[in-house]
Amino acid sequence: MAIDEVKGPGTGARAIVENSGSVVQQSGVGDDTGWSNAPFPALAADPDGAVLGLNDAARRLFPRAAVGGRLEVGCPPWLARAHQDFPGRPGGSTGSARGAVARRSFEAHPVGDDRGAVVWWLVEDTDARLAREELRVERERAALLGRMSSALSTSLHPERCMEVTARLAADHLADAAVVIAPGRSGEHPLTHCVRGGAPTNSVKAFDPYDVPGLGEALQGFPPVPSRWIDPSSAPGWLVPSDFGLGEVTSVVVTPLPGHGVPAGALVLLRGTGRPGFDEEEERFARLFAARAGAAISAARMFAQQGAITDALMRDLLPPVLHQIGGVEYAGRYRASVDTERIGGDFYDVHPATGADEEGGEALAVLGDVCGKGLEAAVLTGKVRTTLHALLPLANDHQRVLGLLNDALLTSRNSRFVTLVLASVRRVGAHVRVRLTSGGHLPPLVLRANGEVREVATSGTLVGVLPEITSTTADVTLAPGETCLLYTDGITEALGGPMGGEMFGEQRLRDALVDCAGMPADAIVEHVHMLASHWVGAGDHDDIAVLAITAPRGSHLTAVDGHGPGRYTA
Amino acid sequence: MNATDTALGCMDLLWAAVRAGDEHTAIDVVLDAYARGLDAESLLLDVIAAVQRRVGVEWAANQLTVAEEHAATAINERAIAALTRTLPRREPHRGRITVACVDGEWHALPARLLAEVFRLRGFRVDYLGAQVPTPHLITHLHRTGPDAAALSGSIATRLPVAHATVTACQAAGVPVLVGGSAFGPDGRYARLLGADLWAPDARTAADLLAARPLPRPRDGHQPIDDLPHLGDQEYTMVSRTAKLLVKAVYTGLEELLPVMRDYTEAQRRHTAEDLAHIVDFLATALYTDDRDMFTGFTSWTAGVLWARGVPAGFLVPALDLLTAELRDFPRATGLLAAARAELLRVPDSRSPDSPTPDSRTPRRRPHDPGTTT
Repeated sequence: MAIDEVKGPGTGARAIVENSGSVVQQSGVGDDTGWSNAPFPALAADPDGAVLGLNDAARRLFPRAAVGGRLEVGCPPWLARAHQDFPGRPGGSTGSARGAVARRSFEAHPVGDDRGAVVWWLVEDTDARLAREELRVERERAALLGRMSSALSTSLHPERCMEVTARLAADHLADAAVVIAPGRSGEHPLTHCVRGGAPTNSVKAFDPYDVPGLGEALQGFPPVPSRWIDPSSAPGWLVPSDFGLGEVTSVVVTPLPGHGVPAGALVLLRGTGRPGFDEEEERFARLFAARAGAAISAARMFAQQGAITDALMRDLLPPVLHQIGGVEYAGRYRASVDTERIGGDFYDVHPATGADEEGGEALAVLGDVCGKGLEAAVLTGKVRTTLHALLPLANDHQRVLGLLNDALLTSRNSRFVTLVLASVRRVGAHVRVRLTSGGHLPPLVLRANGEVREVATSGTLVGVLPEITSTTADVTLAPGETCLLYTDGITEALGGPMGGEMFGEQRLRDALVDCAGMPADAIVEHVHMLASHWVGAGDHDDIAVLAITAPRGSHLTAVDGHGPGRYTA
Repeated sequence: MNATDTALGCMDLLWAAVRAGDEHTAIDVVLDAYARGLDAESLLLDVIAAVQRRVGVEWAANQLTVAEEHAATAINERAIAALTRTLPRREPHRGRITVACVDGEWHALPARLLAEVFRLRGFRVDYLGAQVPTPHLITHLHRTGPDAAALSGSIATRLPVAHATVTACQAAGVPVLVGGSAFGPDGRYARLLGADLWAPDARTAADLLAARPLPRPRDGHQPIDDLPHLGDQEYTMVSRTAKLLVKAVYTGLEELLPVMRDYTEAQRRHTAEDLAHIVDFLATALYTDDRDMFTGFTSWTAGVLWARGVPAGFLVPALDLLTAELRDFPRATGLLAAARAELLRVPDSRSPDSPTPDSRTPRRRPHDPGTTT
């Protein structure tokens, strides 16, 4: 017992002790002092360390101590030392002392007299000490669990979660730890970690039922207790290759309880010279396993949800555009909700179909479904799919819009859509674009000389009225000229340096003047940036912009057989 | 001819093609140089990045408009794409790295070049580009579990967003490497914001990560620990009321300076934009608690206005009006007083140690060309 300290000055009380071993007189107090049957053990000793007397409680505590004998005989050394060091002696220190008696612990408080005799009153503090000790251990465990929990909650990546679990288990619970994930077709992801080392991942093929308790633990249900296994029965793959602690002497398999999702199992290993796992450690390991299991199963569910989202989202995301059929296309998109990558705006470019690739028309579309967020995005998917199916009719914009209108009217969805259809054909170095608006903002044409004109197409929005009408306009783009389709997210962007002002069509036109002759990508980037800066940190609507550009460049103009294109609508 | 001469010659050719807006020649220049044996990393960093740096310099000298800069960047992007398509495919043998720009950043090119250099060095790279909202980035980190995230930023006023992103990545258990002119020429803001690593350029970044993987961040780190001065809420107040401040100062200036009443629409807009940048920088300097940042910006703005023949006379009154608006904010008024003193000390406000354009937001341009790669 380490507690053997001496502290505090002695008290000023006085007691006179007789050789017989019983108290005959105390200053100012009568004979009947309760010495013999006091509830606390007390013993008196002279300056040389000879026992002068013991009360009943002291006799029970120190059965081998006797009056006239030495303190060292029958009393613990810490008490004898404290007596020797009692103040007032040459080199002596101060008063109270603490120490162990058998498995109990006591505080000893001295009361000295002027002749150098001392009465030691002993107060048991075993319970308080044990409680303090338990409190310390519990506090450490709670703090450790807290640290472990926050470490476990960092990543939602299943493999990273397994790494964190293995590292924490190896550092705090065992000499090495292995996390085994439920596998597919007999192959299981494993993470090994030895104490103080870095976790390593691997995938191994094995039958979990070869390790006692592992198969059941990996099932996730029904709950099974931790299981001790014979270290000699542990297969080679279980022990980390860098396990540098001699023989594995104890192995325990603990299930990682997932919540509806099997999370795997944790195997703890200890090596030579280390005690096995005691009951408290096992309990703590189960607490840890519960947290690790919850973290790993959450990560696994997040991964599954992410995979589902990605699969569903793939067709809703705006396409990556590039040059198609000798025409440059570029688009930019930003959803109004930062956490979602999709919204109610959309664009698509469908390459020319059929055999006549050379002279064929590509169909570019940009549109805006009323509303924003995921529900609007789902409808953009339907509109895009419908338009895709209508591609064979793409030379007749009115008919395409009419059929789309019918489709939207008959669907249960009450939302409507505005869009622009653009049939695009390369003719020599020029690009002919046929544009029809279904209730959408008219496209802009940017000429090589910086002139910006609105395309004269207009029409009814789609999905509201049983009959719709629209007018089509033709535009010819000379090399370096661009036709720009955009949604009202650009022009209705609210912001500006003083706030509350709309970006507006004039600013868009002004911006385009600076973009004359630029590649499609640079134009959409520029427009998107200006609108985003206009909005700043404020809320914005979905933003979509699509540029159709006749490529500029030496070997393209070389094939030019026609005069400069003119605005014909 | 040695490699440096080849790179220099190639850079001149590429610059000419980019300047002429000639995408095909630009691609030919890059592919020819590769075919003649110039290595891909050198092409990316000593040729393409060098041209992009020159774009920044020319822009600062008022030789390029923002739109032209976008065109030049688009052509450089195509040149990179053409080059990387011709490179032999190799299986990555190093860790996985996510490369993205700080949200609100428009200069994707430095990040793109960094991503390509990482790929050349054998890393497995996920390149997310610019305009990545932080929630997307964090979801991506959880989905892919990379060994590090590399964040590129060239706009100093995005540092508060960069800080939020850095701490979010770290909270997701991913260490963060940052680079770009926003973080200061010596990386001081990278350290301030608690990034795990700062690199002055793409080569150094790749060298550092190849030499030693970054350790996973410690848990229990709170962002406020990095910047205890944020407790006074001055940054929050100034950034939240930025547009109102601009409006108040603009109105005040119109009363003080009769000449402003005759401004054209364009002049009004530019003045309002200049004021918005000043307030942005003031907010950022409050965030970083860096007096030099704000003083540097106002001096530099004065220099740019002077260089472009725009009267900078409104700057000192603007700072005075801001001081009056923010009289209850001691840190803000301290920054304003220091900036004002510096403007008065240097009459034409072009002190030789003014910050370089690549880390500052210039007049008429709500962004600046990214020049750090």
